[in-house]
Amino acid sequence: MDILRFTTAGSVDDGKSTLIGRLLYDSKSIFEDQLAAVEESSRRRGDAVVNLALLTDGLKAEREQGITIDVAYRYFATPRRKFIIADTPGHVQYTRNMVTGASTANLAIILVDARKGVIEQTKRHSFIADLLRIQHVVVAINKMDLVDYSEEVYNRIVDDYKAFASRLDNLVDITTIPISALNGDNVVEKSDAMPWYQGPSLLYHLETVYVGGEHNHVDARFPVQWVIRPLSNEFHDFRGYAGRVAGGVFKPGDEVTVLPSGFQTKVKEIHFDGRTLNEAFAPQSVALTLENEIDISRGDMIVKANNPPKVSQDIEAMVCWFSQTPMAERGKYILRHTTRETQAVVKDVRYLVDINTLHKQEGIQSLAMNDIGRIVLRTAVPLIHDSYRRNRTTGSFVLIHPGTNETVAGGMIL
Amino acid sequence: MPDYNLSHLDQLEAEAIFVLRETAAQFRKPALLFSGGKDSIVMAHLARKAFWPAKIPFPLVHVDTGHNFPETIAYRDAYVEKLGADLVVGSVQESIDKGRVVEEKGINASRNKLQTVTLLDTIEEHQFDACLGGGRRDEEKARAKERFFSHRDEFGQWDPKNQRPELWNLFNGRKHEGEHFRVFPLSNFTEMDVWLYIQREGIELPGLYFSHEREVFERNGSLLAVSEFVTVQPTEKIERKIVRFRTIGDATCTGAVESRASTLQDIIDEVAASRQTERGTRADDKRSETAMEDRKREGYF
Repeated sequence: MDILRFTTAGSVDDGKSTLIGRLLYDSKSIFEDQLAAVEESSRRRGDAVVNLALLTDGLKAEREQGITIDVAYRYFATPRRKFIIADTPGHVQYTRNMVTGASTANLAIILVDARKGVIEQTKRHSFIADLLRIQHVVVAINKMDLVDYSEEVYNRIVDDYKAFASRLDNLVDITTIPISALNGDNVVEKSDAMPWYQGPSLLYHLETVYVGGEHNHVDARFPVQWVIRPLSNEFHDFRGYAGRVAGGVFKPGDEVTVLPSGFQTKVKEIHFDGRTLNEAFAPQSVALTLENEIDISRGDMIVKANNPPKVSQDIEAMVCWFSQTPMAERGKYILRHTTRETQAVVKDVRYLVDINTLHKQEGIQSLAMNDIGRIVLRTAVPLIHDSYRRNRTTGSFVLIHPGTNETVAGGMIL
Repeated sequence: MPDYNLSHLDQLEAEAIFVLRETAAQFRKPALLFSGGKDSIVMAHLARKAFWPAKIPFPLVHVDTGHNFPETIAYRDAYVEKLGADLVVGSVQESIDKGRVVEEKGINASRNKLQTVTLLDTIEEHQFDACLGGGRRDEEKARAKERFFSHRDEFGQWDPKNQRPELWNLFNGRKHEGEHFRVFPLSNFTEMDVWLYIQREGIELPGLYFSHEREVFERNGSLLAVSEFVTVQPTEKIERKIVRFRTIGDATCTGAVESRASTLQDIIDEVAASRQTERGTRADDKRSETAMEDRKREGYF
């Protein structure tokens, strides 16, 4: 059994909560006491039907206002897979939540109302999935029951979507499924109402889509997180570099370079909980020992000698701005990247992307909340990095406001 | 190319260890909140793995309500000794004696809520700047919105509407003087994952989790154990039943379930078939619709 992490983006009325509710309910992940509590709340609120959104909208303010404020994480499992859903609200002002949910996802479900077809919101969600490089996208064309399960309607929406998606380079695996979340058509079981549809049900697709290739197993990267020095009698000379493999495969005997110092040595052993391993790959957490005693500390990166990452103080990146306070012109921020923090100054805003039309607006000086744009940064110390395209872990960063400590932006290095 | 896939338990383990190491690295004085319940036992087990062969570089902190099952305390002391870890105990009884909190009155009186004051006092006394908790997002709807690194202001309060976005595996633990963090390495574990992990790792648990015979009585739909900490009302009938506990908290608010599950495999089968959440046995969650959020806002676990 492995894990599939997916996001669902959508607004209140496109059936997202109903869909999640159905996946949870049909996989027996909603419990009787939870359902009873939701029924009781729905009744008190005077809702006509049991409002499954109350399962995910757990905060008091959300329940009072009937809106989703924040990313909620939901869990269910089938005998094949464990699923983690990052359930994100889809309104335009919640771009930051969609970006947050998408940052850890392998797959995105984009809901389209069959009566409305491809609308701005569909494009927005697709753009974010593309930007965050979610490899698999499912376009779930919902409310098929309200268009008489029409193959023609379905085909028209599929054509519209594909025409639009051809402008998004990173969306390689797009699956379209006609569903009715309310009636359960093609959600868990194949529906009899749409004999013309030959593809899988949504759940079958989620259970079987291949996600083994998500991590980079080529470029060996090991950001050092913590140095383990027991100083006990038994392990007097033990000096282990603890961290999580961010890419590639490490084996004992591998020739490695430690950055930024550039010292070269070999991997001696790979330790995990009293055992030594033959290899370590992403995303395993292990501890490495090296042949030579070198001064290494948190924030350094151990890489294979023949395949180095980029090391530079000048970074170009796509960023999504999260804070209510807009980006300051030539503003200085703290940049957190892998296990390292450094200062960074914004040198330039190249352009802002209109996420509804995908048009690039140049001549912009600053980014405001929920804006996505391309910027140039200069860092105080060199960043040991790859492009986000090659490696999601060594190619991503967040910006932190040095005064408020707030996380103000998320970035993907170009 | 070989298949570099990790099983779901290996992925969850790697993630939790990463979070534990980040906590040790980013904070000056972290602590691990240890209740003697299965989640905190798993967390301590993961901490041992994260820093092997060194000792866990932070103490275990137990907030003792004084209303614990004796089995919990015995287990705690043995486990701490086995880990070779330091233990700090914050005592709710002491908070009461000092007049910091006032004991609740009435038959449903519980020290559950009082723990928050003792916890915050302990954090302040020892200057802990990050407290690792065993909370999971699947447990409760307010927890579903919790971050791995969750900020607390100088009063220990959680502001759920104003949380820092948490992307990839970049955790922002920056804070001002007097503020602290709660960190939840098991965020992505479900109850089932915890049980499967305990089974795989061969982790020993307190006997309370396994079926045993015990004197119980029913109150508000929960089966409470007869103990010196609860007053059984004349209308309540004491019976001997074969029970076990799905969660372990205070004897005053943790209900038992009738069960014959005596091995880990029995428990896993029972959890798989269960139609009630584990916190369904917790009277502390039933006080209101947003009981957990309300307590968390004030600084609860």
